Parts: sequence; C-alpha cells; structure tokens
Amino acid sequence: MELNQQTLLDMLYYMKLTREIETRIERKLYRQGKIVGGVYVGRGQEAIAVGSCIQLEKDDCICPSHRDMGAFLIRGITPREIFAQYMGRKTGVSKGKEANLHMGDMRRGVVAFVSMLADTIPVAAGIGMTYKMRKQNNVVLCYFGDGATSRGDWHEGLNLASVQKAPVVYICNNNYYAYSTPLEKQMAVKDIAVRGAAYAMPGIVVDGNDAIEVFKATQEAIRLARQGGGPSLLECKTFRMTGHSAHDDVKYVPQELFAEWEKKDPILRLETSLLQQKMVSEDDVKKLAARITREVDEAVAIAENDPFPDPAETLEGVYADQNVEAPLAFAKLFFSQVR
Amino acid sequence: MAAVTYLEAIRQGIWEEMERDSSVFVLGEDVGIYGGAFKLTEGMLERFGEDRVVDTPISESAIVGAAIGAALMGMRPIAEMQFADFISCAFDQITNFAAKCRYRWGAGVPMVIRGPSGGGIHGGPYHSQNPEMHYVHTPGLKVVAPSTVYDAKGLIKAAIRDEDPVVYFEHKFLYRRLKEELPDGDWTVPIGKADIKRAGSDVSVITYGAMVHLALEAAATLANDGIELEVVDLRTLLPLDKERILDSVKKTNKVILLHEDVRTGGMAGELAAIIAEEAFEYLDGPIMRITAPDTPVPYSPPLEEFFLPKTSDIIRVARQLAAY
Repeated sequence: MELNQQTLLDMLYYMKLTREIETRIERKLYRQGKIVGGVYVGRGQEAIAVGSCIQLEKDDCICPSHRDMGAFLIRGITPREIFAQYMGRKTGVSKGKEANLHMGDMRRGVVAFVSMLADTIPVAAGIGMTYKMRKQNNVVLCYFGDGATSRGDWHEGLNLASVQKAPVVYICNNNYYAYSTPLEKQMAVKDIAVRGAAYAMPGIVVDGNDAIEVFKATQEAIRLARQGGGPSLLECKTFRMTGHSAHDDVKYVPQELFAEWEKKDPILRLETSLLQQKMVSEDDVKKLAARITREVDEAVAIAENDPFPDPAETLEGVYADQNVEAPLAFAKLFFSQVR
Repeated sequence: MAAVTYLEAIRQGIWEEMERDSSVFVLGEDVGIYGGAFKLTEGMLERFGEDRVVDTPISESAIVGAAIGAALMGMRPIAEMQFADFISCAFDQITNFAAKCRYRWGAGVPMVIRGPSGGGIHGGPYHSQNPEMHYVHTPGLKVVAPSTVYDAKGLIKAAIRDEDPVVYFEHKFLYRRLKEELPDGDWTVPIGKADIKRAGSDVSVITYGAMVHLALEAAATLANDGIELEVVDLRTLLPLDKERILDSVKKTNKVILLHEDVRTGGMAGELAAIIAEEAFEYLDGPIMRITAPDTPVPYSPPLEEFFLPKTSDIIRVARQLAAY
C-alpha cells in the first residue's frame, strides 16, 4: 500500500477513533459502573496498531494484544461491538463470553488473544505456516508488549517461525512497563530488537509514536514476508500513558515521564505533520473530530441498550456438537420423581 | 488381511486421513526424517512431503501453538508429543488457548494432540506418566484413550475429523504387544461412546487404556469361579458416556473403578461421584477404586511393578465385592 494522502487521513481517523473509544470506556463508562470488568487501554500507543495494520489485505490476519484497539477497528470490528463487548452484552464480539479486547473473528482475520502473554506468538507462526502450505501470498501481524518477550512461548514461537520462514511480522509495543515492572527489571538487553538476531530475523527499532515510521518499517517487513523471506521483529518504542489498567493508580511511574511523552503524542504528531504539509486544514480536523464524536455517541447509545446474554447460554458453545450439562440437572430430575 | 499392531493402526489411521483430506498434517519432534521416536510416522515424509510432515524444534508449546494457528485457518493438524509426559510443556496452549477458542469467540480449533502415555516399560518418571486428568478437567477438550487396535484406529480417525481439539493418549505398552485384523474400508469409532469389552452380571469394572486388558484377564480367571465381570472400556474420558456407565452399574449393582493413573483426582473419583449421585439406589456394595498410588512413576522393576495395578488386585477386590 502506498503512503498517500488518503492512507494518512485514514490513519489519523483510526488513531483518533481509538483514542475516543478508549477514553469513553476508561473515563466515562467505567466510572459510571457500566463496564463490568477490567479496562486496559493503549493511550499514547495508537500509532503502532494503526500504522501497521492499515496496510493489510483482506486475507491477511492479525494477532492483536490488549493495547491494539486500532487494529481491531481497521479489521472491521465496529465501535458498537466493542462497547457491547466491554459491557458484557450479547452483541459483543464474544457474545458475553469474554472481556475487553479478548475478541476475535476469523472471517475478519482477527485472532482473539489470551491473558497468558505471548501465547499468540507460535499461533501466528502456525497461521503463517498455513499460508505457506496453501501457497497464499498473505501475512500475519502479531502484536505484543515488552512484558510478553520474557515468556518462553515468545522465544519458542519466534524460533519456530524463523525456522519455518513463516510470513509473520512480530510487532512489539515496548511501552516501558510490564504492569509495574520497568524494562531494566524485565531484561538485561537495551533493545528487544537485538533478540531478532538470535532467531536470524531482522530486528528493527522503530519510533512507535511516529505513525509514518511505523508504517514504513512494517511495509518493509511485510514485503520481506510476502517474498518468502520469513518473519521480522519490529520493536516500536512508545510509552504507556496510563496505568496497566483503569484500577491502577500508576504511582510507580515518575510523573515527569508522562510530561515528557505527552509531547511525543502520536496523534498530535501526525496531525501537526499533516497540517504543516497542508494535507488537511484546521477545518478538516474539526470535522473529523465531530464525525468521531458522533460515531462513538451513536455506538454507545446502541450498545447500552443491547441485551445481556440469556443465562442458559453459559452452557453453549463449549463444543461444536453438544451443549454442556447443567450441574443440577440430575438433582432436579431425581427429586421431581421422588415427590 | 494381515493383523496389525496398535501402533500400526494409529499410523494407518493418520495415513488414511492424510490421503483423504489435504488439510490434515502432522508436526512434532523427529516425526519427519526419523519417522517418530516410535516410528509411528515412518514413511509419511516421503509420501506427503515436508509441508505436511513437519519436523519441529523441541518446543512443545510452539508445536501446539502453531497447530492452533493452523486449525484456526481450517487445517487439521496432528501435533505429536514425543512422550505424553512432555505435554505438560504445552499445558497452557492446550488448556487456555485451544480448549477455549470456541467458547470465547466461536472459533473452531479442529486439531489432535497425541502422544504415548503409560508405564510398564521401565521408562521412569518422565516416560511413563498418565497425564489425562489435567485435560479431562478442561472443558472444550475431548480426551480419548484407546485400549485396542480397532479402537486405536477408529478413534484417531474420529479425532482428526472432530471439529474440536482432541487429546489422544495412546498407551505405549500396547504399541507392539497387541495385534488384530482390521476391517477394510473407511470406518471410525465415535468419540464419547464407551464400549462393553466383556459382558457380565456380577461386578462392573470400569476402566480404560492398558488396564482394560488386566480387567479382561481377571474376568477370564474369575469366570472359572462363576463370577462374571462386566468390563466397561470408557475409550473417551471427556465427554464421558454416562449412559453406558450407569447402565452397567444398574445391571451389576457392584462396581470397581480401575486406572493406571494415580489415585487422588483420578478418573475413578469422578466416576464414583457420578455413580453415587445417579445410581445410588442401585448399589449393593461400596464403590471400589483400584489405581496407582499417589507417587511419581518409579523406574526400577520391583518399584514399577508395585506401582502399577495388577490383575491379582482386580481378582481379589472383585471376589470380595461379589461376596459382599
């Protein structure tokens, strides 16, 4: 995909839409008690998911993580589905079975991640191996945080993907913290990208707050993967502008770091750049903001009125060919007969 | 038609499914060039090529993870664990990823994870385990453990065709000790159906895997004394065939639960609970368990022999129950 004006505008739209949806979830719906579980947002990291995922083709696939909302949106998961998902409604992507961004839909090329970080690293390798077996010229983008790189599955998965020359782009959101643990307590290396060398794949450090740089680095990695050159590791350096989750008061992060990274805000940077290049006008920016507010307002209004799942659906969907038995099914039957 | 071994039956089943369906492929340690540690995949690389017979690094978690990725794409991978003991390394991928995909987001993961389990070959603590209950305790999985050549072939084919992840435990003690002539043609053994391996009226022995053969030996001996054991082979451990289990208990009114796995948290405990709850009024004696003790599987022959349930245990307990 060419990095033309339309692509840049689309990127700005998806980054801003991500920010607005997450702000609405974290600072409004969560505080109103409407989100029934945890909230994990990627504020300040929007450029990574958007700058990379925007260039995928229809039959490509993503394995996103919990700070990659933009990738879900680009793959066609709608704001209404996301709000419904967070509020435990039947219309959420997982129909109430799962929380927050734990959602996927293979028809839209989205694999649902699990809380055990790095589990999708070998899964992405398997998807890539399948593309190869089928001689499909497709690619997988697999996202994770710095924390995930300490798990064994991360290393097993990168190794297998490289041995198999699987068409995968491994994209790290290095946001400095694994929950409360800073990088220096997670790893002895300075850059996660150097680990690429251990698996004979390119390891590239990217400014994760620069959507254009993310786009270009991903474009090159995708090109390599589609050509049969195997996987790449992109380390997108960024900063988590929130706590780990909405309930985290984030006292362990020095406040001056927030001030420092605020200046590098990826949305502001892209917008300023587009304004300077006269690709957008101040008026366009205002209109875009109004459009996003309207879309999000509408989505929230619909999702808030969406139904909860029926309790009996608890027993459905464990297997393709049968439902699970209710725990007291026999007791009900037995005592009804006794009487 | 020549008789085939239990091992050859599994190999045939996989081979036939790979011929039938190009989405079926195998991956695991040493499955390709070497043909598998037990030669179960011998010849497959030459026949199907390295895209479909994938030698992997020693990375059980990545083997299962990659199989999940392929299954999400509509492939039907068969992931080999070189020994079932090593499946623990892939526990997270199996229980948190594969087992829950359908429930969490409606994504089917049609895949098989198979490996040799069980003792009796002096394999020691890490080449003899029976890890089935870790997976029986995980909704979303199906768990099978065939005891015969026929079931081994029929169940591997059914497992490959199943829309959900199936963990297939094959008993390595049976690999080359059993031989059977198999019918021609395309047939399977349904998952979720137990089988009466011997009908009897006095005591039900509910078991699976290699222990089925001990139960049959005990039944032959006891028949001389006029005690008729009914040997129920579970074949599938999850989901359980409750109907057939309860039918047998209702018929004999006495039950022995037998397995090679350790005692606490074993299948026998679960079966005892089901029987106590749903067939309480049919019981004419205590529910008895014959299992391995709660220890790792020891190496030295006298220790391992002590560890494994024996035919004589079944005979003794069955006599006591019959007389009760």
